[in-house]
Amino acid sequence: MAQRTNYVLGVYDDEDVLMAAVEKIRSEGIKIEEVFTPFPVHGLEHALGYKRSWLSIAAFMFGITGTILALIMQIGMMSVDWPMIIGGKDFLAFPSFVPVIFELTVLLASFGMVGTFLGISNLKPWGKPRIYDIRITDDKHVMAIDLEQNNKAEKEIKKVLQGSGAVEVNNKHFEE
Amino acid sequence: MVTEEKFDFTKTAGQRLSIVLMIGLLLATLGFFTAGMTGDHGDTHAETDYTEHAGDVYDEEPYGAEKRESHADETHQEESHSHGEGGHHKASSVKKRFLSNLWINNIFFGGLAIIGVFFFAIQYVAQAGWSAGLKRIPLAFGSWLPIAFFLMIAVFIYGGHDLFHWTHASLYAEEGGDEIMKGKASYFFAPLEDGAFPFFWVARMVIFFGVWYLLFRKLRSLAFSEDIEGGITAWYKLRKTSAIFLVFFAVSSSIAAWDWVMSIDPHWFSTMFGWYVFASWWVAGLALTLFLVLFLRDKGYLSIVNENHIHDLGKFVFAFSIFWTYIWFSQFLLVYYAHIPEETIYFMERWKSDHYAPVFFINLIINFFLPFLLLMTRDSKRHSRILKVVTAIVVFGHWIDFYLMISPGTVGENGGFGFMELGFILIYLSAFLYVMFNALSKMPLFAKNHPMLKESLHYHI
Repeated sequence: MAQRTNYVLGVYDDEDVLMAAVEKIRSEGIKIEEVFTPFPVHGLEHALGYKRSWLSIAAFMFGITGTILALIMQIGMMSVDWPMIIGGKDFLAFPSFVPVIFELTVLLASFGMVGTFLGISNLKPWGKPRIYDIRITDDKHVMAIDLEQNNKAEKEIKKVLQGSGAVEVNNKHFEE
Repeated sequence: MVTEEKFDFTKTAGQRLSIVLMIGLLLATLGFFTAGMTGDHGDTHAETDYTEHAGDVYDEEPYGAEKRESHADETHQEESHSHGEGGHHKASSVKKRFLSNLWINNIFFGGLAIIGVFFFAIQYVAQAGWSAGLKRIPLAFGSWLPIAFFLMIAVFIYGGHDLFHWTHASLYAEEGGDEIMKGKASYFFAPLEDGAFPFFWVARMVIFFGVWYLLFRKLRSLAFSEDIEGGITAWYKLRKTSAIFLVFFAVSSSIAAWDWVMSIDPHWFSTMFGWYVFASWWVAGLALTLFLVLFLRDKGYLSIVNENHIHDLGKFVFAFSIFWTYIWFSQFLLVYYAHIPEETIYFMERWKSDHYAPVFFINLIINFFLPFLLLMTRDSKRHSRILKVVTAIVVFGHWIDFYLMISPGTVGENGGFGFMELGFILIYLSAFLYVMFNALSKMPLFAKNHPMLKESLHYHI
């Protein structure tokens, strides 16, 4: 069941060259799958045309879940299952539920967000990381182009990459 | 490169503000008479009504009821006392409402003035670069300080007796005085005799406003010299002065909150109160700053402020709306949970009063739920129309907050929100904006020689 994906990698050693290259390559109609940089490059996500991450929406949903769970739990325990008068308050003393509501909201939102992030970044414990080029953690920027996603021939893409200032153009494939 | 900008405070703008001031005066006068005619719940009735009401609630607890009774006696004494001094009940209730309005707006706009300086100072101490283009707008708020001081002293001298229960000399009498107040007397009256002129209290007010104003002048003149001389010497000096200001403000803002707001309910106290008042001022100040930045940008000024800076100010308003709620709730929950009558009285007067309960909930809705939900997404914090609506509501919301802190203690059940309140808001707002715009027009709109101006220009989030 091994699935083979073929990539062409453009290796750059300067972020300004990289930025210009990203814009040039996208304008030629070539789809860039991902760019790896050893440090954050400002404006790169705009140049790549990334859409807004939905991670914040996931966090909101997890948070709301926490709020509702905390409400159900406390009302169920304190007001329905075993009603007790504590400190002369009502059975449903909402203000005293608020700290727990807050905590559970924050807990679920943060855990959910971290989990989601690890999941979508393929950082789950059983996930096998794809190492495109070991030098992306050192001093090289690497642009990955998936050949299946592009209609252009491999040769043509390589030519464009070389023309955009890449210091190296390599092939890489993963068997998964 | 950036060109210098100067705010042009035109005659028409000034005239418009004067018209608003006139409308405010008109409404306030109208409110003065309508309140005099319709507000005939009658002082004593309202007071006893409320006391009985509170008594009902506390019936379950024997000592709670006792406490209320003793308080009720005291209230009656108080009433007969003021009656004896002459003047109709009706008239005195309108007068109280008038003074209470003045006091609310003094605290609110005085707070905005000092919060503007606080914002400016905190930017220097944090060595923040992003705000280089916009921090002179909050700095201009500080020009209101001397007026705020004058108004506060004047209102206190004229109406302190009506506003502050602790000013009544009868509380400190050897026989039949108020034991709790006797214990607190020196905080107000030292070194003079209890019940005489509140020297210590007034001295604190003079010192706070004096030091605030001096440091504000110093910061302003340093900002001027930076414009002329350039370089980084002025920036270092600004940082030092700002740090001194922040240390002083940390202490003085809390004490000011106890003195000017908390002492209206002199038997009650809360250790959160200084923070609570500060949080309310701070978020209102941030919201006003953001609103004015957007307003000036619409008028074609502040070309160097882009949506990234707006986004950051939006985050400030969002975050500190939550901070305010956190402080509010921390204060509320402890009182609610401990359920000690002398503490719960503060919230009984607000939450369980027919008169203030709606305001109590409106306060929470527009100061927490509204900014929390509307400013939650990134897009809304970069959208100037949404921001303008939300910040305007938040500024008004925190006025409501101060209204709720002060009114139940000064006018009780005779208060209300009518022409008088609206009129006073308009008067103070137009005067505040007049002074502020006038100060803003005296100075370039942003620091062209600020060492971090370039960083601010390239700011990107």
